[in-house]
Amino acid sequence: MSSTFLTRMGDGAAVEMTRDEIRAEIEDGAEQGARRAKAAALGSDEIDHLVDIFASSARMTGVPVGDEVVLSCDGTMDLRSGKIDALSQAELVGGDLCELALPDYSYKAVKTIVPTEQRLMQDAQYRLTIPVQYGAQADLGRYSVPDGPVPNWSQLLPEARVDEARAAQEEAAFESEADMFRIGEAMWEAGADGIDFDTAGAAGDADFLAVLKTVRRLRAAFPDLSIEVGMASEFVLGMHGELEFEGKRLAGLWPVDQLRVVQEAGATIFGPAVNINTGRTVAWNVARATAIIKPCMDVATIPVHVNAGMGVGGVPMNPCPPIDAVSRASRAFVEVLRADGL
Amino acid sequence: MGTGDRLGVHLAHTLAAGMTGMRAAGDLVARMQMTRGMRLKEAKLFVADRLGVSTRELSDSVVMQEVRRELGIGLLSDLENECVGEASAMEAKFNIAELLDLPINCVARFRGRVHSLGGSASTP
Repeated sequence: MSSTFLTRMGDGAAVEMTRDEIRAEIEDGAEQGARRAKAAALGSDEIDHLVDIFASSARMTGVPVGDEVVLSCDGTMDLRSGKIDALSQAELVGGDLCELALPDYSYKAVKTIVPTEQRLMQDAQYRLTIPVQYGAQADLGRYSVPDGPVPNWSQLLPEARVDEARAAQEEAAFESEADMFRIGEAMWEAGADGIDFDTAGAAGDADFLAVLKTVRRLRAAFPDLSIEVGMASEFVLGMHGELEFEGKRLAGLWPVDQLRVVQEAGATIFGPAVNINTGRTVAWNVARATAIIKPCMDVATIPVHVNAGMGVGGVPMNPCPPIDAVSRASRAFVEVLRADGL
Repeated sequence: MGTGDRLGVHLAHTLAAGMTGMRAAGDLVARMQMTRGMRLKEAKLFVADRLGVSTRELSDSVVMQEVRRELGIGLLSDLENECVGEASAMEAKFNIAELLDLPINCVARFRGRVHSLGGSASTP
């Protein structure tokens, strides 16, 4: 009788599997990821490596000493204390950088309180040695009615009013770009080390375009500003369908092409995101994410920090992702993918 | 990385694969990635060269606490409190900027506001 190992489903639930069953999950996840992203299949050595990582009874696993990577983050606020105290705590627990952010995590919400956020940033810079960036997301949907001034394309599209829906998205992207540039500029003036555009493309290609245009403007204005772009998902939704950046159509881009346009815009860190399938194992999800992201590693001229938070990058969709699952995902992206960070 | 989602994710990643920030040299390597866009290997080699340590030692908290103290590039707050003369955050960042030959935004602004450093109180 084969011995079994405790592993996890994508929702975090424990499940027992044999080494052969884990291998089958990894082979299937890797094959499906490569096929969907039109990427090369993982090599047998990479599959074996993933199997070794997951077919283990260890509660916690880790990379070899000396192979550690930089950890960036989107928001450092979950300690529920004062913002700067929370940032200080991040420094104490070993953060390589930290991020000032609003719980709302939307640049549209931030724009009404920019001076307050600037003051917090300046104070944080005086208190902390580790880099402090500011972060939020474009959150394009907030610009549509009833929350914003622009017609709601999610209402227009089902009525087949495609031209109006496209025009609404273009207008929203214009407004979003203006807001994000103004906030980026304000944070630079407050001493920020960097700015983070997280969950880019969450509302589709117009959302992503607003981020890319903002990055290009900020890079031109502030050559030394760190700019991180973290994606919302593995695939840019074509809510508009015809938008382009520097001649590249944005709808339908997979991580390697997302990276190309992010690099071209002038970002300094790229965060690919691969969504988790809660009905499959963590091993399957990590193998799939590895296959999808792997092409990035050959074309990247900037560091690639794989999104490995709750619900992406193989980390279970659970408010308290289990340490055994998170540490296996962490190790896999460093050892097999050779990520520059997480 | 999305660690902001839940603290437990960040802690697990830190233990499994993190450079552990100021416990070692994670913040310095992060700065090279953030400001210069350096990939991991290049950033580690650059920082190790500037500190006079090996790339493996960049993640060694014992070695790095000594190096950080010697170079005045900042210690964790608890360690800072043990000796009143240790560099504060801004002092450490002045030293980091010089050591890594790296522009640090808040350092430039701080310098710009202090009259004796050639700055002006009206500097934005």
